[in-house]
Amino acid sequence: MNLKSLTFKGGVNVPGHKEMTENLPIKRAVEPAVVTIPLHQHTGAPCEALVKVGDRVKVGQKIGQSDAFVSASVHSSVSGIVKSITPMAIPTGLIVDCIVIESDGKGELDEPITEPKDLEELTSDEIIQIIREAGITGMGGAGFPTHVKLSPPSGKKIDTIIINGAECEPYITADHRNMVEEPEKIVFGLKVIMKAVKVEKGIIAIEENKLDAISALIEASKDEPNITVIPLKVKYPQGDEKRLIDATLNRQVPSGGLPMDVGAIVCNISTTKAIAEAVQMGKPLYERVVTVTGNGIKEPKNLIVKIGTSFKDVIAQCGGFTEDAPGKIIMGGPMMGISQFSIDVPVIKGTGSILVLTEEEAKPVKVSPCIKCGKCLEVCPVKLQPLYLSTFSLKGRFDKAEEFHALDCVECGACSYICPAKRPLVESIRIAKKEIITKRKKAN
Amino acid sequence: MDSKGINISKTEELVLENKLLVSSSPHMRSNESVQRIMLDVIIALVPAMIGSVYFFGINALKLILISVASSVLFEALIQKAFKREVTINDLSAVITGILIAFNLPASAPWWLPIVGSAFAIIIVKQFFGGLGSNFMNPALAARAMLLTSWPSHMSTFTGTRPDVVASATPLAIMKYGMATDGAASATVEAATSASQGAGVELPMLMDMFVGNIPGAIGETSALLLLVGAVYLIIRQVIDWRVPVFYIGTTFIMLVLLGVETEFLPYHILGGGLILGAFYMATDYASSPVTPMGRIIFGIGAGILTAIIRVKGGYPEGVSYSILLMNVATPIINKYTSPKVFGEVK
Ligand code: SF4
Ligand code: SF4
Repeated sequence: MNLKSLTFKGGVNVPGHKEMTENLPIKRAVEPAVVTIPLHQHTGAPCEALVKVGDRVKVGQKIGQSDAFVSASVHSSVSGIVKSITPMAIPTGLIVDCIVIESDGKGELDEPITEPKDLEELTSDEIIQIIREAGITGMGGAGFPTHVKLSPPSGKKIDTIIINGAECEPYITADHRNMVEEPEKIVFGLKVIMKAVKVEKGIIAIEENKLDAISALIEASKDEPNITVIPLKVKYPQGDEKRLIDATLNRQVPSGGLPMDVGAIVCNISTTKAIAEAVQMGKPLYERVVTVTGNGIKEPKNLIVKIGTSFKDVIAQCGGFTEDAPGKIIMGGPMMGISQFSIDVPVIKGTGSILVLTEEEAKPVKVSPCIKCGKCLEVCPVKLQPLYLSTFSLKGRFDKAEEFHALDCVECGACSYICPAKRPLVESIRIAKKEIITKRKKAN
Repeated sequence: MDSKGINISKTEELVLENKLLVSSSPHMRSNESVQRIMLDVIIALVPAMIGSVYFFGINALKLILISVASSVLFEALIQKAFKREVTINDLSAVITGILIAFNLPASAPWWLPIVGSAFAIIIVKQFFGGLGSNFMNPALAARAMLLTSWPSHMSTFTGTRPDVVASATPLAIMKYGMATDGAASATVEAATSASQGAGVELPMLMDMFVGNIPGAIGETSALLLLVGAVYLIIRQVIDWRVPVFYIGTTFIMLVLLGVETEFLPYHILGGGLILGAFYMATDYASSPVTPMGRIIFGIGAGILTAIIRVKGGYPEGVSYSILLMNVATPIINKYTSPKVFGEVK
């Protein structure tokens, strides 16, 4: 077995801050009294509600779906009564229709979405159908429906599935704990995906700061000749799909392309676990592991949280805020996470962590003029020139930004992180990207 | 759920009071700062500063202090006058001050660094927009200006020994075979290196390495400058590419131009090449930001330095080479954009 750590060019070392939760076993969160389940928590078409106000629902019951292929069904995470269906804010910053369900506390389970079957008996199409039925999306944050990802157009030949155990964002340990505690599920999930996409080669790539996860998965996959566990150097953004493919397969996804263009599909750890549970137990995606952490949280934890539980309820059972918090509340990690206006937002399928920073940590930094040190170029994993992109964007020269490949930016934030002048680099590049995309859409 | 004793409603208040921060990611910053970088450069220059006082006496210290003080003062004054934020805290003016002094001979009059600082800070730095926007290295531009305006003040080098009034730099000796005005009788080193024959003898290499030779106060000690340079490279303040390609190219070009092997070490250790390559050519604003651009910058400066020294009218050539490459930097940046990951050309 090849145990040399692999990595990509560029990138930056960021402090991990994982010690707060990396050794805390996953615990089940307190059953929420009310859940707010957004009908649109994924990339693609929003779901239509399948229930009405006053309806009784069970745990795992499908309550929203769409006929569009690029969409993901949603399921109730509690048993109880539908109280309302109204537009509400969700942690991605959007306002979408949400189904509010009051739990009766009984946790009555709905029928499983599929009879437990042996993997051998399932066909590729059946697996994809189960995954679609389970409403599984990319749980690393992007929220792309997984059944779509696993159905590449027939022209694309896929030869490798990579399970992304990098978890390179600081603070978050949800995937880490999933790997340590349920390595068999991860390996099984990978086998399911390999079968679904008809691929012979599976890779589980893990940053080497998670040695326990690496050994757990090596152990769990020892009878699987087609599965390799690959340790990765600890470097941000190692978990970015294209960086991961570069590191593990030494293939470069073309600019503007997708992993499938180089024969690879990358899946997140939590997603893989959800796939395993859907096939093994007929369980749809209605709960997930969330790392609740940061110096602004009294008792950081790794919790299994029902989708739809409010951030407020989750934070409350982690001891609440510390004295000098909250300065900032973030869904996701500090590098790419989304800061929140309120804690009255629900946990969604893409909520890997709730991070609370103290006031001190959240203090805005003073921006000064660019000193042309070139550090942003050095760390950019895409080899962009953030200093110029940012200047163009701030001057409204979006055409120039486009010429300098703004659209290739993966918004990892490494440039802004390293900049000694604290320039808002990725922040301004993001604006340019939006403008360029809007312009392109108009042109079509 | 029991949320007693937990001040959850604090959040709502905070949002209302606009205290909960909402912003675009990243939400975490490195502790890199402009001031820290500048402080590192100053730290790196400390050994050479101490060395300059040791070799050239109290006059060196006086020049450094005057130069630093006037640089900082001019920066504050001009920023006030331009109604800009006064940024002397970023310490960049301190570096310019030190570098200007480092380029002066120990015998320079007290007002020379003041004139140099005024030119460097007001004209070269602030007129072009301040730190990060200057297209030439301010200290080098000042040196060039002073050299043109007061050539004798700028090239009358005192030796490092009290009994030596004036003498020639090693490069001048190589260039002209003997020292210039008044220095003909000055023996730089004891007769041990008598093999050089008539005229003024070259110093011993060891003295040259340590810095015990005539020259501008901050550029003579390769050893002390290198100590600081290693620190800067370890701290990742400067990119090794610039100095390594610069000095490497100078060496190769000198060989190609037929410079005899025994003189090569003098070329590398003398004439401010070490100071220039590690501390001036690496100036952020006036050198390329792209990795490839930095290599080209180093190679270009190396070629120019060797040509000026061997074919040109000056015994040294570091300042003009770097200044010329400074001017070429925008073009170098433009044509060395890195190939974007996955780009298909
Ligand atoms: S890191 Fe910041 S200061 Fe340095 S070149 Fe990039 S934008 Fe300018
Ligand atoms: S420019 Fe984009 S891809 Fe490059 S470092 Fe910045 S955020 Fe990451």
